[in-house]
Amino acid sequence: MNAEALTFALAGNPNAGKTTLFNALTGLRQKVANFPGVTVERKTGRWNIGGTTVHLIDLPGLYSLDASSIDEEIARKVLSGEAAGVEEPKVVIAVVDATNLERNLYLVTQILERGTPLVLAVTMVDVFEKQGHLLDFEKLSALLGVRAIPVDVRSGRGLSDLGKAAMDLANGPQGVRPLIAVPEDDANPVFRRYRFISGVVQEAVRHNDNDAHALSEKIDHVLTHRFFGLVILLFILLLIFQTIFSWAALPMDLLDHGFGALADAARAAMPEGILADLVSDGIIAGVGGVLIFLPQILLLFLFISILEDSGYMARAAFLMDKLMSRVGLHGKAFLPLISSFACAIPGIMATRTIEDRRDRFATIMIAPFMSCSARLPVYTLMIAAFFSTQTIAGFISLGAVLMLGMYFLGIAAAIVTAFVFKRTILKAPTPPFIMEMPPYRMPNIRTVLQNMLERSWLFVKRAGTVILAISIILWALAYFPRTQAGGDTGAGAAGASSTEVLAESRQLEHSFAGMLGRAIEPVIQPLGFDWKIGIALIASFAAREVLVSTLSIIYNVGKEANEESETLLSAIRGARHDDGSPAWTPLTAVTLMVFFVLAMQCMSTVAIVRRETNSWRWPLFMVVYMTFLAYAAAFVTYQGGKLLGFG
Amino acid sequence: MTKPAEEQILTDNCRDARSVPLSTIEPGASVRVVDVDASGRVGRRLQEMGLVPGVEIRVVKTAPFGDPFELRLLGYKLAIRRSEAAHVLVMPV
Repeated sequence: MNAEALTFALAGNPNAGKTTLFNALTGLRQKVANFPGVTVERKTGRWNIGGTTVHLIDLPGLYSLDASSIDEEIARKVLSGEAAGVEEPKVVIAVVDATNLERNLYLVTQILERGTPLVLAVTMVDVFEKQGHLLDFEKLSALLGVRAIPVDVRSGRGLSDLGKAAMDLANGPQGVRPLIAVPEDDANPVFRRYRFISGVVQEAVRHNDNDAHALSEKIDHVLTHRFFGLVILLFILLLIFQTIFSWAALPMDLLDHGFGALADAARAAMPEGILADLVSDGIIAGVGGVLIFLPQILLLFLFISILEDSGYMARAAFLMDKLMSRVGLHGKAFLPLISSFACAIPGIMATRTIEDRRDRFATIMIAPFMSCSARLPVYTLMIAAFFSTQTIAGFISLGAVLMLGMYFLGIAAAIVTAFVFKRTILKAPTPPFIMEMPPYRMPNIRTVLQNMLERSWLFVKRAGTVILAISIILWALAYFPRTQAGGDTGAGAAGASSTEVLAESRQLEHSFAGMLGRAIEPVIQPLGFDWKIGIALIASFAAREVLVSTLSIIYNVGKEANEESETLLSAIRGARHDDGSPAWTPLTAVTLMVFFVLAMQCMSTVAIVRRETNSWRWPLFMVVYMTFLAYAAAFVTYQGGKLLGFG
Repeated sequence: MTKPAEEQILTDNCRDARSVPLSTIEPGASVRVVDVDASGRVGRRLQEMGLVPGVEIRVVKTAPFGDPFELRLLGYKLAIRRSEAAHVLVMPV
């Protein structure tokens, strides 16, 4: 990149069409990063204007420069050249929506008052004119003292004019700044700016009675209806979950097999020994175990992007705000929390739309209580082992009731902790709910796909190092110290023979993980867990579903068993303590499920919380408080259950 | 729903006897903004979003659980809670 290159910035209200314009101007020559020290996304791209390349910064969408949110503060800093690592932009391209000109021009007047050279890019002109309204661009330009250019991304209209105008401004005589007639009297500056805008709009726009958003109005009639609105919201959520679980199953299987094959190939390609074991069992199996959730995460991001881009996200927040505010949360927390039922990672990343920091953190802190898909194998295993045939009142499956109970337990824990946090460590008055409901539009396929890929890639990239590190640590815990028989477990033999399976089990028993399991046994004994379950708890910190494979190894079934394997189920049922009493009772199974609802058993979530809160304090706090809560709840379940005569 | 104290502050500044807080307006009605209490962050934000004296607002509807409500102004739609609407003093059109 040329150090001499000019820097331009793209500014505008949310929903003004800024992202679409940015994509059109820069194509795929983009870079996404964070502004240093904060989680505000910094998007930069290269814009080719008649052979000259300029840096284009996409500022976060904002309504004002008065810094009532972190986005606005960053934008103000960038415009004044105070943002670290960002050059002061020579020219600002202000994107305004023709159908919503008055409010969009508010930000423009603020930027003009700072004296920053500015070109106005007016979007949605076709929609506006189709309704018979007229916008006089020459008058608008004259009154604001800047060039106003109609742009339309789909037809490409105005894009080159926009570039030329910006270039002219950048190369033009410095010091000649656009003037704006905002009188400096003592009136409220906001009122003053709007008065000025109102004059401009009266001169430059000829409105008629047609509503530019008549269709949106009709759609809202149904989608925010006090009854049908809720029914449709529920239906949309069901559809999303149905799709995620059915569509993601196949690619997840493929990835699972793919990583298995990769691990085998890696082992075959390397001389037998620690390195081969590290690469195949530690790195590939560990990272692969997380990456198989990628199809789900991608799909979830796809749906979130569609909901955001179409304008529906704001409606969901509108519908649910009252319920959410009862626990001190914002309506915008609703969809991120619901998404967390599939996976907490997209949910946590989607909390970025919540402006208030404390509100956002409270939402992040409770998101992992939503029973995600990685808990399903654990629930399924426990139910299959102990509750598969029982029914309540003759026809209701006890397993189904238990499963539902676990979901409700998670929700209840989330509500209670949100309530507590909002009154203690994240104490703040209920943040205001002042939210634009943008007109509905057809989601732009490119914006949606780009959004989905960008966020998923961010997850892989940022969480990747933490996941890799934890995978290696967990692998080493189970691998060292080596037992005598350990040497001959490698060799990549297909179809594990029984001696090999036994050796594997013995290795785990005598490893550091095994020692840790024994060390924590006194602590987990009141929960009805022995040291073997302790090992599984430690190993499943990587990801919850690892519990299944770890139990398989411990009970000598071989790690290829899954949560429905009859061998594993009977091994669990038949497991004995040293004194011969059964290691598992139905009560132990329920206790384990309760523990998994509440415990922070997911290194990817820890990694993403670290990233989203920009500190290690929050993710560590999350691990500690969730583990404590899980322990307490499991303790009550087990001891209470015993008192009531179960188990 | 509205806090009496907030209403009091607003009615104190009131120059027109017909002015009432926006929070008391029922869906379907159109009103004109008389004043906005700018002492806090909320009032300031409402002003930035275009709730300034003279602007006409139509109250469109209330959310299913009674709050927030949806406003139409300057050709766009804005959702705010009734507690926030208490910062805005309006007059029937």
